[in-house]
Amino acid sequence: MTLSFRRRAVNALMLTLTGVCTTLVAGILLVILGYLAWNGATSLNLNFFTKLPAPVGEAGGGMANAILGSGKVLLVAMLLGVPIGFLGGVYLAEFGAGMFSGVVRYVTDLLNGVPSIVIGIFAYALVVQPMKRHSTFAGGVALGIMMIPIALRTTEEFLRAVPVSLREGAMALGASKSRTIFTIVIPAAKSGILSGLMLNLARVAGETAPLLFTAFGNTFWSPGWLNETATLPQMIYNYAISAYADQNRQAWAAGFVLLVLVLGVNAAARFAIGRTPARGRS
Amino acid sequence: MTNELKAMTPKLTREPEGQDHVRGREPDGDTPVGKSTVKLQTADLNFYYGAFQALHNITLSVHERQITALIGPSGCGKSTFLRALNRISETIRHTRIDGRITLDGSDILKMDVTALRRRVGMVFQRPNPFPKSIFENVAYGVRVNGLPQGSSLKEVVEKSLHRAALWEEVKDKLHDSALALSGGQQQRLCIARALAVDPEVLLLDEPCSALDPIATAKIEDLLFNLKSQCTIVIVTHNMQQAARVAQETGFFLMGKLIEFDRTEVMFRKPTQKQTEDYITGRFG
Amino acid sequence: MATTPAALPDTRAKFIQRVRTGDPIAHTITGMAAASILAITGLLLYHLWAGSGLPRETFGWSFVTGSAWDPVAEKFGALPFIFGTVVTSIVALLVAVPVGLGAAIFLAELAPRRASDALTFMIELLAAVPSVIYGLLGIFLLVPFLQTSVVPALTATLGFLPIFQGQFLGVSIFSASMVLAIMIVPFIVSVSREVLLAVPQDQREAALALGSTRWESTWKVVVPYALRGILGSVFLALARALGETMAVTMVIGNKPQLSSSLLAPGYSIAAVIANEFAEASSQMHQQVLVELGLVLFALTVLINGAARLMIYSYKGAEK
Repeated sequence: MTLSFRRRAVNALMLTLTGVCTTLVAGILLVILGYLAWNGATSLNLNFFTKLPAPVGEAGGGMANAILGSGKVLLVAMLLGVPIGFLGGVYLAEFGAGMFSGVVRYVTDLLNGVPSIVIGIFAYALVVQPMKRHSTFAGGVALGIMMIPIALRTTEEFLRAVPVSLREGAMALGASKSRTIFTIVIPAAKSGILSGLMLNLARVAGETAPLLFTAFGNTFWSPGWLNETATLPQMIYNYAISAYADQNRQAWAAGFVLLVLVLGVNAAARFAIGRTPARGRS
Repeated sequence: MTNELKAMTPKLTREPEGQDHVRGREPDGDTPVGKSTVKLQTADLNFYYGAFQALHNITLSVHERQITALIGPSGCGKSTFLRALNRISETIRHTRIDGRITLDGSDILKMDVTALRRRVGMVFQRPNPFPKSIFENVAYGVRVNGLPQGSSLKEVVEKSLHRAALWEEVKDKLHDSALALSGGQQQRLCIARALAVDPEVLLLDEPCSALDPIATAKIEDLLFNLKSQCTIVIVTHNMQQAARVAQETGFFLMGKLIEFDRTEVMFRKPTQKQTEDYITGRFG
Repeated sequence: MATTPAALPDTRAKFIQRVRTGDPIAHTITGMAAASILAITGLLLYHLWAGSGLPRETFGWSFVTGSAWDPVAEKFGALPFIFGTVVTSIVALLVAVPVGLGAAIFLAELAPRRASDALTFMIELLAAVPSVIYGLLGIFLLVPFLQTSVVPALTATLGFLPIFQGQFLGVSIFSASMVLAIMIVPFIVSVSREVLLAVPQDQREAALALGSTRWESTWKVVVPYALRGILGSVFLALARALGETMAVTMVIGNKPQLSSSLLAPGYSIAAVIANEFAEASSQMHQQVLVELGLVLFALTVLINGAARLMIYSYKGAEK
């Protein structure tokens, strides 16, 4: 029985359309990269990495303070968020059972879904209000809280993937449970956990909203950890909406640098894990 | 009936395949049952996975410095029994042991479990080397339990690899990854790892089921040499293997110990019909 | 080798032995880390609630229905922001779901495995692009593109519809919706592709054996089988869109107004918080913004919960 022309036409049309959709979506990545490279790379110069922002209207400034500020904020975030997420993940994978674990998982998922601007409000109430100042530390707290759910999920997932036979092998030699976990299971999972950490850092490195009223911003260097500081994404935002062409130009340059860093770490980490994790972000 | 049995029974004396790099071969002189001491003993052992009873009133004595084999069809409980002997069964939730298991007369259920496991080692069905170097694999148990007086770590590792008939093959690549070894080599590495802590009893759960015949022969040879220093209990679904290596054999069926006797008796003149049926291949 | 005593009769000695192995310590420390997550989330909820006490008492439910926004006169109505948030997200979904699902079908059913994996890798990288960069491209690339090419075509063909009337100045609800669509499409592609791949092969074979075309078997058998999971991906994307801040605030126009036209500027909850929180003119103003944060939080929790129900029930059925 031959297929009717209509059915064959619909088949060909719809299948072609799906290919078009795919090209469109994949093409977006190329457009983004291309445009940023074109506008950003050409604006990159040594000043960008070494100079402070110039006064409004003047050319020749840079974003050295923002680059350093981002680094400091990320450091605080990592020191706060990773231990909690990692140890929590160890608990869920190795010790947990029953209702408490279920509740922890649910609440962690909940926390993961909180919009980053709301986390910013939380960090403001928690740190900025009592201290009565904006600070690098407050920004780090905000980003650190955002790092916890992903660190926990990644740790739990990779620990669970370690085969039971390895654990039994160690325990059969007289190793206690905690010894087995720390000398056998965690080392076996370490490349996955580290890659997950890289992905996590790359994700929060690009966050702007939670920093707007915690780290706030600054046109100068920010000494120590308790002063307001510029960060790269926040500078991109401020300069992108500015009326001055020179600042717009710098926004492109900063955007290019940020994108290369974020996508570079992402691609490398995902390659290392060996698969494309789907639901890692929401 | 007996002729049929005779025809099916494989040779019972151990004939080594080729020469191994182990220090000489022991003569095949086993101490007869009545005169050897009991090392490990169970009395009315019952085992439960949740509500399901996997073992029913198992009473069995494992004699010192011999190889005891446990045979039976799939799901008969022999692995469950073995895993209770070093309490590794406790890693699974909702398991329960009811009855007595004694090691040298002391109740193992009252012992500290990590101390028990140093004395009673285990080798698993599929080789499970740690993703570390060969040296570190063997050294692991020693690091956990402490070095014996007067030896260095290197010495202990080397001695264990000798006892497991693996030294010659790996002596030049001790710091290479264990995962690069072949299946048979990995299993001998796991045996070396277990031996490094100098256990009094070694439990092996179908250690050759994932290996080819040549690797199997090597392991059977090394077990044979090992038995004079160490009490060995081996679970196997391969009856010929039991007949080859073990002095005593226990036949399990549906969670019960049907018969336990010297291996020749089990294979030539079993007292229970079920044993005979299994051995002659009427089921299994 | 020295042997430890075979039996430990003393329970105290047993306890010391257990502690020396480190198990209870490890259990406690990791358990405390897990518990701290509960504490942090609880604290978050507390601050959202306590930090919005003033407006909740003053305005009550009329906050959600009011549409005036005058911080100086202390008149606050959340409706324009809720409107903007919901409308931009829904329009974004209307564009992203067909395109995303189409791409997912192609990647799961048609493309050879290696090409599919490579393309999916690229598309999933899109999910990692920071919001502010989408905003940057939105301002300088997307909005001019809409202005010159897309909107004139739209108004020419569909201009009779109220949603496409009025002047288009670039920044608008429509522009924000388009940026959001681009941002959420990778999630739809990624999750839908996975659920489609999980559909058992015999389903497809059964349909084809009955004489269906490739498209018919996909659209009438495979996609319905995976529908719950696909819906889950839609909800996930929606939750993401609702909370998006930077890209939206850079192209939406930041005008607290209600308009029947998509081409008019508007505002979203996240955008107004981002713009006004740092320099809130009074305590009431700041607390109003916190209350908006609470509203946004409630919205995203609801949608995420629905998403999870869909995806997990799909996985349960599939097992």
